[in-house]
Amino acid sequence: MEAVKQELKEKIISVLNLEDVNPEDIKDTDPLFGAGLGLDSIDALELIVMLDKDYGIKLLDPKEGKAIFESIETMAKYISENRTK
Amino acid sequence: MADKNSFIQSWCTIQNNKIDLNGETIFESEPAIGFADFAKAAYRNFGWSYPKFFKMDSLSKLAFIAAELLLKDETSSETENDIALVFSNKSSSMDTDVTFQESIATKENYYPSPAVFVYTLPNICMGEISIRHNLKSENSFFIFEKFNPGFLSNYTDVLLSTNRAEKVLCAWVDFYKETYRANFYLVNSTEGLEHNETTIKTLFNT
Repeated sequence: MEAVKQELKEKIISVLNLEDVNPEDIKDTDPLFGAGLGLDSIDALELIVMLDKDYGIKLLDPKEGKAIFESIETMAKYISENRTK
Repeated sequence: MADKNSFIQSWCTIQNNKIDLNGETIFESEPAIGFADFAKAAYRNFGWSYPKFFKMDSLSKLAFIAAELLLKDETSSETENDIALVFSNKSSSMDTDVTFQESIATKENYYPSPAVFVYTLPNICMGEISIRHNLKSENSFFIFEKFNPGFLSNYTDVLLSTNRAEKVLCAWVDFYKETYRANFYLVNSTEGLEHNETTIKTLFNT
Protein backbone atom coordinates (compact mmCIF):
# COMPACT_ATOMS: atom_id res chain seq x y z
CA MET A 1 0.00 0.00 0.00
CA GLU A 2 2.82 2.44 0.84
CA ALA A 3 4.51 1.64 -2.47
CA VAL A 4 1.27 2.35 -4.34
CA LYS A 5 0.92 5.68 -2.56
CA GLN A 6 4.44 6.74 -3.50
CA GLU A 7 3.93 5.58 -7.08
CA LEU A 8 0.64 7.47 -7.28
CA LYS A 9 2.21 10.71 -6.10
CA GLU A 10 4.91 10.44 -8.75
CA LYS A 11 2.41 9.55 -11.47
CA ILE A 12 0.05 12.38 -10.57
CA ILE A 13 2.85 14.94 -10.65
CA SER A 14 4.03 13.65 -14.01
CA VAL A 15 0.66 13.08 -15.70
CA LEU A 16 -0.88 16.35 -14.51
CA ASN A 17 2.27 18.46 -15.10
CA LEU A 18 2.39 19.71 -11.52
CA GLU A 19 5.54 21.77 -11.82
CA ASP A 20 7.17 22.73 -8.51
CA VAL A 21 5.35 19.94 -6.61
CA ASN A 22 7.39 17.08 -5.14
CA PRO A 23 6.02 13.73 -3.94
CA GLU A 24 6.90 14.62 -0.36
CA ASP A 25 4.75 17.76 -0.62
CA ILE A 26 1.63 15.61 -0.99
CA LYS A 27 0.28 14.22 2.26
CA ASP A 28 -1.62 10.94 2.03
CA THR A 29 -4.82 12.53 3.32
CA ASP A 30 -4.56 15.91 1.56
CA PRO A 31 -7.61 16.69 -0.60
CA LEU A 32 -6.62 16.35 -4.26
CA PHE A 33 -9.28 18.78 -5.45
CA GLY A 34 -10.26 22.21 -4.20
CA ALA A 35 -8.08 23.51 -1.42
CA GLY A 36 -5.51 20.71 -1.61
CA LEU A 37 -3.57 20.22 -4.81
CA GLY A 38 -6.09 22.40 -6.61
CA LEU A 39 -6.82 19.93 -9.38
CA ASP A 40 -9.64 20.73 -11.82
CA SER A 41 -12.22 18.79 -13.85
CA ILE A 42 -9.81 18.07 -16.72
CA ASP A 43 -7.36 16.66 -14.18
CA ALA A 44 -10.13 14.39 -12.90
CA LEU A 45 -10.69 13.03 -16.41
CA GLU A 46 -6.95 12.53 -16.78
CA LEU A 47 -6.88 10.52 -13.53
CA ILE A 48 -9.69 8.30 -14.86
CA VAL A 49 -7.59 7.61 -17.98
CA MET A 50 -4.57 6.88 -15.76
CA LEU A 51 -6.53 4.31 -13.73
CA ASP A 52 -7.47 2.54 -16.94
CA LYS A 53 -4.07 2.74 -18.62
CA ASP A 54 -1.82 1.92 -15.67
CA TYR A 55 -4.00 -0.21 -13.42
CA GLY A 56 -6.61 -1.70 -15.74
CA ILE A 57 -9.47 -0.11 -13.82
CA LYS A 58 -12.41 1.25 -15.80
CA LEU A 59 -14.59 3.67 -13.84
CA LEU A 60 -18.03 3.06 -15.26
CA ASP A 61 -19.91 5.23 -12.79
CA PRO A 62 -18.53 8.80 -12.72
CA LYS A 63 -20.16 9.31 -9.30
CA GLU A 64 -17.64 6.86 -7.88
CA GLY A 65 -14.83 9.26 -8.76
CA LYS A 66 -15.61 11.78 -6.05
CA ALA A 67 -14.90 9.31 -3.25
CA ILE A 68 -12.02 7.53 -5.02
CA PHE A 69 -10.16 10.74 -5.87
CA GLU A 70 -10.60 12.32 -2.47
CA SER A 71 -6.95 11.79 -1.51
CA ILE A 72 -3.88 9.65 -2.20
CA GLU A 73 -5.07 7.40 0.64
CA THR A 74 -8.46 6.71 -0.95
CA MET A 75 -6.99 6.28 -4.43
CA ALA A 76 -4.35 3.82 -3.24
CA LYS A 77 -6.95 1.78 -1.37
CA TYR A 78 -9.26 1.60 -4.39
CA ILE A 79 -6.40 0.67 -6.73
CA SER A 80 -5.11 -2.03 -4.40
CA GLU A 81 -8.56 -3.60 -4.21
CA ASN A 82 -9.51 -3.32 -7.90
CA ARG A 83 -6.40 -3.35 -10.08
CA THR A 84 -6.18 -5.86 -12.91
CA LYS A 85 -2.62 -5.06 -13.89
CA MET B 1 -13.57 52.51 -43.30
CA ALA B 2 -12.60 53.22 -39.71
CA ASP B 3 -12.73 56.89 -38.71
CA LYS B 4 -10.80 56.72 -35.45
CA ASN B 5 -7.04 57.06 -35.14
CA SER B 6 -5.22 54.02 -33.86
CA PHE B 7 -1.72 53.48 -32.51
CA ILE B 8 0.62 50.64 -31.69
CA GLN B 9 1.43 50.97 -28.02
CA SER B 10 3.83 48.03 -27.64
CA TRP B 11 4.92 44.94 -29.50
CA CYS B 12 6.65 41.64 -28.91
CA THR B 13 8.30 39.00 -31.09
CA ILE B 14 9.21 35.47 -30.04
CA GLN B 15 11.13 33.14 -32.35
CA ASN B 16 14.25 30.98 -32.32
CA ASN B 17 14.38 30.94 -28.50
CA LYS B 18 14.52 34.73 -28.32
CA ILE B 19 12.05 37.30 -26.99
CA ASP B 20 12.09 40.90 -28.20
CA LEU B 21 9.93 43.52 -26.55
CA ASN B 22 9.54 46.92 -28.22
CA GLY B 23 12.59 46.25 -30.35
CA GLU B 24 14.92 45.11 -27.60
CA THR B 25 15.90 41.55 -26.76
CA ILE B 26 14.79 40.86 -23.20
CA PHE B 27 15.38 37.10 -23.02
CA GLU B 28 17.07 34.38 -25.03
CA SER B 29 18.37 30.89 -24.49
CA GLU B 30 20.70 28.74 -26.51
CA PRO B 31 19.20 27.72 -29.85
CA ALA B 32 19.80 24.01 -29.24
CA ILE B 33 17.14 23.59 -26.54
CA GLY B 34 13.56 22.73 -27.46
CA PHE B 35 10.59 25.06 -27.07
CA ALA B 36 9.34 23.41 -23.86
CA ASP B 37 12.62 24.13 -22.07
CA PHE B 38 12.83 27.61 -23.58
CA ALA B 39 9.29 28.42 -22.42
CA LYS B 40 10.01 27.12 -18.92
CA ALA B 41 13.23 29.15 -18.76
CA ALA B 42 11.38 32.29 -19.86
CA TYR B 43 8.65 31.69 -17.25
CA ARG B 44 11.28 31.34 -14.52
CA ASN B 45 13.25 34.33 -15.80
CA PHE B 46 10.27 36.67 -15.56
CA GLY B 47 9.32 35.37 -12.12
CA TRP B 48 5.74 34.50 -13.01
CA SER B 49 3.56 32.42 -10.73
CA TYR B 50 0.81 30.73 -12.71
CA PRO B 51 1.05 26.92 -12.39
CA LYS B 52 -1.53 26.36 -15.12
CA PHE B 53 1.12 27.52 -17.59
CA PHE B 54 2.76 24.10 -17.34
CA LYS B 55 -0.45 22.34 -18.37
CA MET B 56 -0.78 24.33 -21.60
CA ASP B 57 0.18 23.09 -25.05
CA SER B 58 3.01 24.78 -26.93
CA LEU B 59 0.78 27.17 -28.89
CA SER B 60 -0.87 28.42 -25.70
CA LYS B 61 2.48 28.75 -23.92
CA LEU B 62 3.82 30.81 -26.81
CA ALA B 63 0.76 33.06 -26.80
CA PHE B 64 0.73 33.28 -23.01
CA ILE B 65 4.34 34.50 -22.82
CA ALA B 66 3.85 37.22 -25.43
CA ALA B 67 0.52 38.35 -23.97
CA GLU B 68 1.92 38.38 -20.45
CA LEU B 69 4.69 40.76 -21.50
CA LEU B 70 2.28 43.15 -23.23
CA LEU B 71 -0.64 43.00 -20.79
CA LYS B 72 0.94 42.65 -17.35
CA ASP B 73 0.70 46.39 -16.68
CA GLU B 74 -2.54 46.81 -18.63
CA THR B 75 -4.99 44.58 -16.85
CA SER B 76 -6.38 44.19 -13.38
CA SER B 77 -7.76 41.09 -11.73
CA GLU B 78 -10.26 43.30 -9.90
CA THR B 79 -12.11 44.63 -12.95
CA GLU B 80 -13.05 43.52 -16.45
CA ASN B 81 -10.50 44.65 -18.98
CA ASP B 82 -11.82 45.90 -22.30
CA ILE B 83 -9.10 44.50 -24.56
CA ALA B 84 -10.19 42.57 -27.67
CA LEU B 85 -8.09 39.72 -29.06
CA VAL B 86 -7.53 39.33 -32.80
CA PHE B 87 -5.22 36.40 -33.43
CA SER B 88 -4.10 34.48 -36.50
CA ASN B 89 -1.78 31.75 -37.66
CA LYS B 90 -1.13 29.19 -40.37
CA SER B 91 -0.89 25.88 -38.52
CA SER B 92 -4.05 26.20 -36.44
CA SER B 93 -3.69 23.69 -33.55
CA MET B 94 -2.06 21.06 -35.80
CA ASP B 95 0.87 20.44 -33.47
CA THR B 96 -1.46 19.33 -30.67
CA ASP B 97 -3.86 17.66 -33.11
CA VAL B 98 -1.04 15.34 -34.19
CA THR B 99 -0.12 14.56 -30.59
CA PHE B 100 -3.73 13.69 -29.82
CA GLN B 101 -4.12 11.60 -32.96
CA GLU B 102 -1.06 9.58 -31.99
CA SER B 103 -2.65 8.80 -28.63
CA ILE B 104 -5.63 7.16 -30.35
CA ALA B 105 -3.91 5.66 -33.39
CA THR B 106 -4.10 2.02 -32.31
CA LYS B 107 -6.83 -0.03 -30.65
CA GLU B 108 -4.26 -1.68 -28.39
CA ASN B 109 -3.05 1.63 -26.98
CA TYR B 110 -6.18 3.78 -27.16
CA TYR B 111 -5.95 6.25 -24.31
CA PRO B 112 -7.18 9.69 -25.46
CA SER B 113 -5.88 12.33 -23.09
CA PRO B 114 -8.50 14.90 -22.01
CA ALA B 115 -5.72 17.35 -21.13
CA VAL B 116 -4.36 17.15 -24.69
CA PHE B 117 -7.80 17.13 -26.31
CA VAL B 118 -8.81 20.47 -24.81
CA TYR B 119 -6.05 22.16 -26.82
CA THR B 120 -7.12 20.79 -30.20
CA LEU B 121 -8.52 24.18 -31.26
CA PRO B 122 -6.30 27.22 -31.95
CA ASN B 123 -8.55 29.70 -30.17
CA ILE B 124 -8.01 27.95 -26.84
CA CYS B 125 -4.87 30.06 -26.45
CA MET B 126 -7.12 33.14 -26.43
CA GLY B 127 -9.18 31.51 -23.70
CA GLU B 128 -6.06 31.01 -21.60
CA ILE B 129 -5.13 34.69 -22.02
CA SER B 130 -8.69 35.79 -21.28
CA ILE B 131 -8.73 33.79 -18.04
CA ARG B 132 -5.34 35.11 -16.98
CA HIS B 133 -6.16 38.75 -17.73
CA ASN B 134 -9.86 38.77 -16.87
CA LEU B 135 -11.01 39.56 -20.41
CA LYS B 136 -14.60 39.05 -21.49
CA SER B 137 -14.15 41.02 -24.67
CA GLU B 138 -14.35 40.38 -28.42
CA ASN B 139 -12.04 37.69 -29.72
CA SER B 140 -11.44 36.15 -33.13
CA PHE B 141 -8.90 33.69 -34.48
CA PHE B 142 -8.16 33.61 -38.21
CA ILE B 143 -6.20 31.08 -40.25
CA PHE B 144 -4.05 32.57 -43.02
CA GLU B 145 -1.32 31.23 -45.27
CA LYS B 146 1.01 33.90 -43.85
CA PHE B 147 1.05 36.89 -41.51
CA ASN B 148 -1.57 39.30 -42.84
CA PRO B 149 -1.04 42.81 -41.36
CA GLY B 150 -3.49 44.43 -43.76
CA PHE B 151 -6.42 42.29 -42.64
CA LEU B 152 -5.52 42.54 -38.96
CA SER B 153 -5.16 46.34 -39.05
CA ASN B 154 -8.49 46.81 -40.81
CA TYR B 155 -10.28 44.46 -38.41
CA THR B 156 -8.68 46.18 -35.42
CA ASP B 157 -9.62 49.66 -36.62
CA VAL B 158 -13.23 48.59 -37.02
CA LEU B 159 -13.29 47.26 -33.45
CA LEU B 160 -11.87 50.49 -32.09
CA SER B 161 -13.93 52.87 -34.23
CA THR B 162 -17.17 51.10 -33.31
CA ASN B 163 -16.21 51.14 -29.63
CA ARG B 164 -16.24 47.36 -29.41
CA ALA B 165 -13.03 47.55 -27.42
CA GLU B 166 -10.80 50.06 -25.72
CA LYS B 167 -7.66 48.32 -26.93
CA VAL B 168 -6.90 45.37 -29.20
CA LEU B 169 -4.20 42.76 -28.77
CA CYS B 170 -3.30 41.52 -32.25
CA ALA B 171 -1.22 38.44 -32.96
CA TRP B 172 0.28 36.05 -35.39
CA VAL B 173 1.03 33.02 -33.23
CA ASP B 174 2.11 29.90 -35.06
CA PHE B 175 3.62 26.65 -33.74
CA TYR B 176 4.23 23.39 -35.55
CA LYS B 177 6.89 20.78 -34.82
CA GLU B 178 9.24 23.10 -32.93
CA THR B 179 9.08 25.83 -35.57
CA TYR B 180 7.32 28.82 -34.14
CA ARG B 181 6.84 32.55 -34.29
CA ALA B 182 4.82 35.03 -32.30
CA ASN B 183 4.20 38.61 -33.49
CA PHE B 184 2.10 40.41 -30.90
CA TYR B 185 1.16 44.07 -30.70
CA LEU B 186 -1.22 46.12 -28.60
CA VAL B 187 -3.28 48.82 -30.33
CA ASN B 188 -5.03 51.78 -28.68
CA SER B 189 -6.78 54.97 -29.81
CA THR B 190 -4.62 57.53 -28.08
CA GLU B 191 -0.86 57.30 -28.49
CA GLY B 192 2.02 55.30 -29.89
CA LEU B 193 3.31 54.42 -33.34
CA GLU B 194 0.92 54.98 -36.19
CA HIS B 195 -1.09 51.79 -36.62
CA ASN B 196 -1.13 50.71 -40.24
CA GLU B 197 0.07 47.89 -42.47
CA THR B 198 3.40 49.57 -43.21
CA THR B 199 4.29 50.06 -39.55
CA ILE B 200 3.34 46.49 -38.69
CA LYS B 201 5.45 45.11 -41.52
CA THR B 202 8.39 47.21 -40.39
CA LEU B 203 8.12 46.22 -36.74
CA PHE B 204 7.94 42.52 -37.52
CA ASN B 205 10.31 42.57 -40.45
CA THR B 206 7.88 40.90 -42.84
